[in-house]
Amino acid sequence: MEFYRNHILVCTGEPCVLKGALEVESILLTELQKQGLENEIRVIRTGCLGPCNVAPVLVVYPEGIYYSGVKPGDVQEIVAEHLVKGRPVTRLVGTDVEKRVDVVYQVPQILTGQERVVLRNCGIINPDEIVEYIGRGGYEALGKALIHLKPEEVIEEVKSSGLRGRGGAAFPTGLKWSFTASGEEKYLICNADEGEPGTFKDRLILEGDPHAVLEGMAIAGYAVGAEHGFIYIRGEYTLSIERVQRAIDQARKLGLLGKNIFDSGFSFDVEIRVGAGAYICGEELALIESIEGKRGEPRYKPPYPGQTGLWGKPTVVNNVETLANVPHIIEQGAEWYKSIGTPGSPGTKVFTLTGNIKNEGLIEVPMGITLREIIYQLGGGIPDGHSFKMAQTGGTAGGCLPPEMLDVPMDYDELAKVGSALGSGALLIMDDRHCIVDLLKCFMRFFNHESCGKCTPCREGTPRLLELIEKIMDGTAVKADLDLMAKLAENMEISSLCGLGQSSPKPVLTLLEYYQHEFLAHIEDKKCPAGVCKKLQVKGVV
Amino acid sequence: MELVELTIDGQEVRVEKGTTVLDAARSIGISIPTLCHYHGIDAIGACRLCLVDTGGRNLAASCVTVAEDGMEVKTNTPKVREARRTVLELILSAHPDDCLKCVRNRNCELQTLAENMGIREFTYEGEKPQFKQDDDNPAVIRDSEKCILCRRCVAVCQDVQTTRILFPQNRGFDTVVAPDRLAPLGETACIFCGQCINVCPVGAIVEKSYIADVWAALSDPEKHVVVQTAPATRISLGEEMGMIPGSIVTGQMVTALRRLGFDRIFDTNFAADLTIMEEGSELIHRINNDGPLPLITSCSPGWIKFCEHHYHDLLKNLSTCKSPQQMFGALAKTYYAEKMGIDPADIVVVSVMPCTAKKFEMMRPEMDDSDFQDVDYVLTTRELGRMLREAGIDFSALPVEDYDEPLGISTGAGEIFGATGGVMEAALRTAYELLTGEELPGLDFQAVRGLEGIKEAEVKVGDLTLRVAVAHSLGKSRQLLEKVRSGEKEYHFIEIMTCPGGCIGGGGQPIPTTDEIRKKRLAAVYTEDKNMPLRKSHDNPGVQKLYEEFLKKPLSDRSHRLLHTSYRERGKFE
Repeated sequence: MEFYRNHILVCTGEPCVLKGALEVESILLTELQKQGLENEIRVIRTGCLGPCNVAPVLVVYPEGIYYSGVKPGDVQEIVAEHLVKGRPVTRLVGTDVEKRVDVVYQVPQILTGQERVVLRNCGIINPDEIVEYIGRGGYEALGKALIHLKPEEVIEEVKSSGLRGRGGAAFPTGLKWSFTASGEEKYLICNADEGEPGTFKDRLILEGDPHAVLEGMAIAGYAVGAEHGFIYIRGEYTLSIERVQRAIDQARKLGLLGKNIFDSGFSFDVEIRVGAGAYICGEELALIESIEGKRGEPRYKPPYPGQTGLWGKPTVVNNVETLANVPHIIEQGAEWYKSIGTPGSPGTKVFTLTGNIKNEGLIEVPMGITLREIIYQLGGGIPDGHSFKMAQTGGTAGGCLPPEMLDVPMDYDELAKVGSALGSGALLIMDDRHCIVDLLKCFMRFFNHESCGKCTPCREGTPRLLELIEKIMDGTAVKADLDLMAKLAENMEISSLCGLGQSSPKPVLTLLEYYQHEFLAHIEDKKCPAGVCKKLQVKGVV
Repeated sequence: MELVELTIDGQEVRVEKGTTVLDAARSIGISIPTLCHYHGIDAIGACRLCLVDTGGRNLAASCVTVAEDGMEVKTNTPKVREARRTVLELILSAHPDDCLKCVRNRNCELQTLAENMGIREFTYEGEKPQFKQDDDNPAVIRDSEKCILCRRCVAVCQDVQTTRILFPQNRGFDTVVAPDRLAPLGETACIFCGQCINVCPVGAIVEKSYIADVWAALSDPEKHVVVQTAPATRISLGEEMGMIPGSIVTGQMVTALRRLGFDRIFDTNFAADLTIMEEGSELIHRINNDGPLPLITSCSPGWIKFCEHHYHDLLKNLSTCKSPQQMFGALAKTYYAEKMGIDPADIVVVSVMPCTAKKFEMMRPEMDDSDFQDVDYVLTTRELGRMLREAGIDFSALPVEDYDEPLGISTGAGEIFGATGGVMEAALRTAYELLTGEELPGLDFQAVRGLEGIKEAEVKVGDLTLRVAVAHSLGKSRQLLEKVRSGEKEYHFIEIMTCPGGCIGGGGQPIPTTDEIRKKRLAAVYTEDKNMPLRKSHDNPGVQKLYEEFLKKPLSDRSHRLLHTSYRERGKFE
């Protein structure tokens, strides 16, 4: 075994890569060579640690010094000062996040307040090396399941853990597995067509710890009796596709995928399918149609995929994060899992923070944490002296919550009570500079672009909602238009064919309920309080 | 039969397991509006007009919701009515407001729904889709601005006909049903069968009309305008004129055409009898000269184009006979012109057809063996109905008149060309007697009749056991032909009809055309056959005279020149 005096972890999550992490890495390697340090210091690529707003980041161990916003021009200084002379380059150390990372394999301090189950390896291991995953206990759960548990026991364990689908619909995972019809041929699909605006958790899980998902898939396949798995990855996620493919190849080489895994008689293999950019393909039946080579459009339900899925065979479709939870539940048991989170929504949830918040990025916290805690503790609050105006939970198809609701616990049932949803775990934070009507227009433009066009309410209703919103922004709307919007949105919710048309009215309905005054200001006073709508006056300005 | 019991609007109803809520409701007299649902063809639950309350959080589309034991369904609550109304209002918001000039005015499902649901104003207004009409072909016009995206045409094109031309493209509000990359139909492998027209609930797909041209010809004193009527039109024109399906109106149709001003009223059935003489002789010739077999019928122009696109290897198996329509056209401008001493340049041949593909067929460049375009204009049954209404002809009060001679003489064998299996049956009636020299003991070949998609029979003709097969709809035909291709099945003679039910279900027939209606039209065809004094093509005195005076014998040189044709390989995009 080789020993190194320093390890440098370079985050190669997509945000860091886009901001030049690979260039930084290559200069780093050259600089180390120049200094003759290549045998003393090891550079390791990792997945995402979370603070994407200060990308690119790298961490120097064993000191646990956390450098952020590193530019190619900074590398020479880091090598010369820190690695040769032992003097950290303080101007690059941290920003708003905690400045030090604890010793390797301890929970780093920047993760304070978080509870990392799904993301426990992200930012710690090299996702391209299966041995690093195994070194952290990887594939032990699969071994345990295959050797010590019967498939029905695996299902029972997952059922009693209370794990609910992390893709948005929150259906109990164990129950879904148990509903899968019997049959010779079955399929398991991992839904990695993450398309909800502001959501990037699945991408960072796949990039940071792809084997966790593969292991979860293999366990799920064993539980339901599927030997063939597909992982349907959004086409834009090139890095995820690359890393998952490498992970599949490595797992096959070690016999962790393929025929007769652990000599148990169970065979399971995974193939990647790449999406072509339609939001609707994240809907499970549209995704199945797409894998079958057809136009990505939902089918009516029932029958559910568990009865009639891919090529008419019983099929389980689970989200990336859901599957990444599975090895931990098998390894540590349902009781342990239930000790995290709330009784109705056990476990942790990965959230992605975007918008007007200091610490944008990825966090994993126990279910039931309040919105206020996420925004003001983990998120560092609202930047630039502005005040919080609205949080949209669950992605663009989620509800929008006002300041009065900051103390709502973030779990499936509590959010449903206030007309919103936990959804995919996206959190969009907006401050007082934003106009509610303008925001709603952005949301509806998105749905207008992404409606698949199959069912009437979504296809024709969305553009009509958008037109009504534009009327409000133009100052040509009348008060009755608000009632019409509400009526249309309510009917879309109960009439649409799939989850897209059923949930896209959510922001309309919650904003109309919680921000009625702002709509009325546009209509009755012809004023935009935030001063965003150009055709209207700013409130107070004569 | 396993039954389930449920309650719909308080009424208990027992239905067979697997029945949809829609059908269960209809069985007890509760009518639920539908648009995208088309019985036996399409159930995608997409238009959302048939919403009902089954007690769930959301409403359910009754057309795809299976009735379950103990289910409590409500079809007429304020919630249900408002949701359906919203759906309809949304469809109307994207639909042109031009019923008065729409060809489907008064026979439009959307219009009927708007009336039934009491639409008195447009709630939603805004952008409407904008598309150019696709009319760059001889047969079918598509108007995507009128399309309500129910996709019934897609189901027919993809699944029933397997022509696979129409499908949804783009998404959301920009969704449009069209050929690949919005190509015009004329640049695709569309066969112009018109089945999409028959299932369209609105006026988004219609036939290209030649009514104006025909009016112009009729009013031109220089022109001698003759008309031929296809077998399936006399059992469906009554329907178009408001009578019940299956009404036989042969004599009234002749009278009506005469009153419109046609100079001679002739019958495609004459040419059908002639086809049997030529095709029957061709069959015998091929059997005696080692093929190529099976011989496959060539009357159905949709099938011919389909074969030219998709079955190049079977082109040699196609009968070289032109369709009856084209045989008629070639004879009208040669034999008839000569006989009457009329310059063929002054003869206008109009066809009344149950078919839109006939409009394409008449324009095929090779169909000019009279040295003129053999057939000038094809009208569908529907178009003839429109002309009669415009002319103010009270169809129900018309007396019965006879076709003109010589091209109006026909037999029952010619008539059954309008039904699936009919060409086969007519051919068997003649082939049997020509081959054996004996009279056929029974004329009715039940094995080749009816709506079964693929029918087979073995017929003893002297020493020979003739193996025959019949398929209708191109989807079923494809299934049959694949078996022939693979060698799994061997036949001497195959009849292929493009449209479900044969010509009685053609793309030019009255709307709606359902299986129930097809059965009634079929029954009418066979009644008409039974009522004819002559029922075998070779007994047709007009045909006999034609051979004596003009053609000499079947497959003669002149027959070959005027009555036979050739085919070519087509690619995917023409």
